[in-house]
Amino acid sequence: MSKIQNATGPLIAPYRRPQPGSQPELLHEPYRSTIRRAPSKPPILLPHTLSEVTGPLHGHEEIGETDNDLTRQHAGEPLGERVILSGRVLDGDGHPVPHTLIEIWQANAAGRYFHQRDQHPAPLDPNFSGAGRTLSDANGGYRFVTVKPGAYPWRNHYNAWRPAHIHISLFGPAFATRLVTQMYFPGDPLLALDPIFQSIRDERARERLISRLDMETAQPEWALAYRFDIVLRGRDATPLEA
Amino acid sequence: MDLIPTPSQTVGPYFHLGLTGGRSVARVAGEATKGERIALTFRVLDGDGAPINDAMIEIWQANAAGKYRHPDDPQTAPIEDDFWGFGRLATAEDGRCQFETIKPGRVPDSRGVLQAPHINVTVFARGLLRHLCTRVYFADDPANRQDPVLALVSEERRATLLLHPDPGRAGHWLFDVHLQGERETVFFDV
Ligand SMILES: [Fe+3]
Repeated sequence: MSKIQNATGPLIAPYRRPQPGSQPELLHEPYRSTIRRAPSKPPILLPHTLSEVTGPLHGHEEIGETDNDLTRQHAGEPLGERVILSGRVLDGDGHPVPHTLIEIWQANAAGRYFHQRDQHPAPLDPNFSGAGRTLSDANGGYRFVTVKPGAYPWRNHYNAWRPAHIHISLFGPAFATRLVTQMYFPGDPLLALDPIFQSIRDERARERLISRLDMETAQPEWALAYRFDIVLRGRDATPLEA
Repeated sequence: MDLIPTPSQTVGPYFHLGLTGGRSVARVAGEATKGERIALTFRVLDGDGAPINDAMIEIWQANAAGKYRHPDDPQTAPIEDDFWGFGRLATAEDGRCQFETIKPGRVPDSRGVLQAPHINVTVFARGLLRHLCTRVYFADDPANRQDPVLALVSEERRATLLLHPDPGRAGHWLFDVHLQGERETVFFDV
């Protein structure tokens, strides 16, 4: 698609810009850490070059046998509600994004991260460290087994609690498709109170962050399941003339 | 079809669990990669000028021939087996992290204009609801004067995109990322 080379330079099929309101604003005052960290000047629009339409590909990397099963990374089983998390990685045209690295991290069932800086007085679980990784398959599909994370307090405002969430990082095919996000669970009453979730103005875009209960994938007597499809940016089909 | 992309959310303060720690990449180029060996030290600062100890930097670059390790790069220059072009590190207590790499070559833009040597940079942190994208250029490079992307930036802000040589150490370059304030780094809408 972008492999045509003309006399002057490689023609580039650029990635499309996200629709207005579909991404969080950088300055969102209810999330207090944005106040001293969000840039105050508008970003400069960068027409895509090879630097932006290429990006790190991780297809050759070793993925360990238990990397996508966070319940089997220690001698015993972690406490909590076992869940299967699966879905597909798609581009803006609904086509699969195959062989892309997906990395996740999360709190344990009690709402505590296996991290030095997490001082929430909830128990650590010696059988749960809360990190996983996998590659999407040829159809963009992926699957993790984990436990449902607990809600946890943070100091953003009085009595602030994060809704249960799993952090997810994806590369996609280009520098321009990099995405780090959080996945939430359906029906969580804390979502309405969460400044991080509420930082996205467009309600349809916000809904993209909520997984759905997936009884087809759930395994009787063993685990509930949630489905979460991830949509990366689309790409123009034909290169634009500069 | 143009589906709404999944929105970004902050990496939060505990990203080390999934993304750095054992998953850090400080060496961008191996021994067999050609080019001038350099070290890049980034420091991330907030609007008060205070170092940020929970940020993460990713870098993406071409090799010394200006070629990316990627199937959409149509250039015919060879690429070394031990050159990936990607690095990723968390900042330490002093807001710093250091990569070892090679100076990239010049990459053409879509009109065939050669860009000046540059490294693509992504900044993640608690408090950043979306990651920030910027580019860093080498302060002494004469090619900067013709670079088509630097030309998009007003002259008084261009200096925020320059790596500066560390006076005491040959081959070491320094870059401060100012998220806000008078010396706010130029960020790009990529
Ligand atoms: Fe979290």
